[in-house]
Amino acid sequence: MTTAATFEIEYRQYLDPDGHPIGKQLPAIARDLDHLVELYQLMSFTRVFDTKSIALQRTGKLGTYASCLGHEAAHAAIGSAMRPEDVLAPAYREYAAQFYRGVKPRDVLMYWGGDERGNDFSGPRHDFAWSVPIATQCLHAAGSALAFRIRGEQRVAVSVCGDGGSSKADFYAALNCGGAFELPLVLVVVNNQWAISVPRSRQTGARTLAQKGIAGGLHCLQVDGNDLIACREAMDQALERARSGGGASVIEMVTYRLHDHTTADDARRYRDDAEVKAAWQREPIGRLRAYLTRLGAWSDAREEAWKAQCEERVNEEVDAYLSTRAQPVEAMFDHLYGDVPLEIAQQRALAVAREVKHG
Amino acid sequence: MAEITLIEGVTQALAWEMRNDPSVVVLGEDVGVNGGVFRATVGLQEQFGPWRVIDTPLCETSIAGLTVGMACQGLKPVAEAQFEGFIYPMLEHLMCHAVRMRNRTRGRLTCPLVVRAPWGGGIRAPEHHSEANEALFANVPGLRIVIPSSPARAYGLLLAAIRDPDPVIFFEPKRIYRQYKEEVPDDGEALPLDVCFVLRDGRDVTLVSWGATIKETLEAADALEAEGISAEVIDVATIKPLDFDTIHESVAKTGRCVIVHEAPKNVGVGAEIAARLAEQAMYDLLAPVERVTGYDTHIPLFRLEMKYLPPVGRIVEAAKRTLAAS
Repeated sequence: MTTAATFEIEYRQYLDPDGHPIGKQLPAIARDLDHLVELYQLMSFTRVFDTKSIALQRTGKLGTYASCLGHEAAHAAIGSAMRPEDVLAPAYREYAAQFYRGVKPRDVLMYWGGDERGNDFSGPRHDFAWSVPIATQCLHAAGSALAFRIRGEQRVAVSVCGDGGSSKADFYAALNCGGAFELPLVLVVVNNQWAISVPRSRQTGARTLAQKGIAGGLHCLQVDGNDLIACREAMDQALERARSGGGASVIEMVTYRLHDHTTADDARRYRDDAEVKAAWQREPIGRLRAYLTRLGAWSDAREEAWKAQCEERVNEEVDAYLSTRAQPVEAMFDHLYGDVPLEIAQQRALAVAREVKHG
Repeated sequence: MAEITLIEGVTQALAWEMRNDPSVVVLGEDVGVNGGVFRATVGLQEQFGPWRVIDTPLCETSIAGLTVGMACQGLKPVAEAQFEGFIYPMLEHLMCHAVRMRNRTRGRLTCPLVVRAPWGGGIRAPEHHSEANEALFANVPGLRIVIPSSPARAYGLLLAAIRDPDPVIFFEPKRIYRQYKEEVPDDGEALPLDVCFVLRDGRDVTLVSWGATIKETLEAADALEAEGISAEVIDVATIKPLDFDTIHESVAKTGRCVIVHEAPKNVGVGAEIAARLAEQAMYDLLAPVERVTGYDTHIPLFRLEMKYLPPVGRIVEAAKRTLAAS
C-alpha cells in the first residue's frame, strides 16, 4: 500500500485549569507579565461588560444580546496578537478582541440596542462589521487577504467563527481559497461546544475542527481555548506565518459557552447543569488570575481596585449608550446608496414629511 | 473607430477600466487563461496578469464572498457568474452583505462591486443556462440591476457599473452577444445608470423592454410602422432603480403601453411597471396595459425554448389590442 497523505493535529495547552504550567517550556509570552496583566484586565473588563449587558437586556434597555461568557481568553488572544493594519472579520460575540482593537463598549451596546451606528465603530475603520449570517465573514476575510496579496501589503486578515460555523459551506470555501491563493489569512474556530442547542458532536464526524483546514492545505492547530497563553502563541505564530508569505491557518480554540446562545435562548432546555458546572472549572479568567497571582503580578487588592474601575467604566459606556437619541427617520435612507436614486430620494422626502405631520 | 459586438463591448469596457483604475480586478471561473466561456474576458489576463484577472476555485459562494471582502478593502472587483442559473449560491453574500454593508456601517465600509452574468435564453444551451431572473433581484434594497441591449450600451453601462459606488448586477443578454456590430468609440465614456433609453420615437403606443427582447420589440415597431402605427420603443436598461418618469412621459403621449420581457410574467419587472402606470398614469391610459412575457413555467430545454420566448408577432398583436381598445 502507498500512503497518499497523512496528517496529525497538535493540541497545545500551557496552563492547567488551576493556572499551573504544564511542562517546563513556556513560550515567551508567558514571561511578559506586564502584557499578560493587560490582557487579564481586558478579559476581566469584558466579563463585567458582558454581565452588565445581559442585565440591560433583562430590564428592557437592550435588544437581544449575544454573551461572550467563557470566551474571553480566545477573544483577547485574537485581538491582541493582531496589528492595527490587519483586518478582523468577527462573528458577533468577540468583544474582547474588538475592545483591544479600539471598538468601544458603547458601540457594541448601540448595535444590540438597535442602532446601525454601533457598526460605525471607533476601532480600525477597515475592520468588518458584526456578521450575523454564520461563517459568511470567513470569505470576507479571505477576500481581504486576497486584496492584500494583490496590492503586496504585509497585512493579515483574521476571521472568527464557531463550531457551528465550521459546518458552513462558507468556512470550507474560505479555507479552500486560503490554500489555493496562499492567502495571508487566519481562520479561527472558537469551538464553544454548542451551536444554540446542537452540540459539537452533531456538527461533524471529524475528530477535530482544526483538521478541516488540512483539506485546503492549511496549517492547522487545536489549542485549549481557555488558556490565554496557548491561544496567544497560536495566533502569534499564524499571523507571523501569514505575514511572511507562509500561507493560511486554521486555529481551533476549544472552550465552552457558559451562557445561553443569546439572551433570547434558554440553554436549560437542552444541556445539563452538571456539564455547565464542570465547564466553569476550566474557565479562562480564574486560570490566568491564578497564574499571575502565583508570580506576584496580580493580587486580591489589585483585583478589587480593578473591578471597581471596570464597573465605573462600564457604567460610563452604558450611560453614553442610553443617552444617545435614536437616529432621525431619514437615517434608513441615508446610507443605502452612495449615489442616491431618485425613487429613494422621493421616499425619503415622504418619510420626513410623515414624521413632521404625525411624529 | 472599430465596429464591435455586444460582448466585445463588455471586454473593451473591462480593459479600459483596468488600464485606468488599478483597483479594478476581474475574478471568476475560467475568466483568466480561457478568457471566459463566452470570451468576455479574453486577452485580459495577458494584459493585466493573474493577480488582476483571477481564475477562482469552482465555487460561486467563494466568488461572491471574496468579492465582498475585496470591495470592503478598497478594490473594485468585477466578478463573473458563468451563467445566471449558477448565481444562486452568490445570493447570500450579495443580499446579506454587499447591499447592506454601506447601510450597516453608516458608510464606513462600502461594496463597489459588479457581478456580471450572461443572462436569458435562446442559445440552445443546457439546463440552468437560460434563465431570466432579474425580478428576484429587483426586490433587494441597495442594489442596481443593469441589462444592456446593444454594443454601445454594453460598453457605456458597464463602465458606469464599475464606477458606481455600490453593488451592481450586470446581466448580459447572451442571445444578442454577437447579434450585430456597431461603432463604439473606446473613449472611456460611461452612459448614465438609472435612466431608460428611448430607442425610437412614436405617437400611438409605447413598447417597453430590456435585454435581448429589445431585438423583437424593435422588429415589432417596424412591423407596426408598415401598418401605419407609430410605436415608441424604450429600453429600460437599469431595471432597478427604475426610471419610471421616462416611461410615464411616453405613455402620457401615446396613451398605450406594452411591456415585453422574457422572464416569467408573475411578479416580473413588468408587473412593477404596470403597477406604477396604474398608480400614476391611470388617466393618461387609453387602453389596458399589456404584458408580453415568458410563461410562468421553467424555460424549457432548447427544443421548445423559442416557443417560450416572446416573438415579434405577440408584441404586434398586443400593440394592436391596445389600439383596438380605444
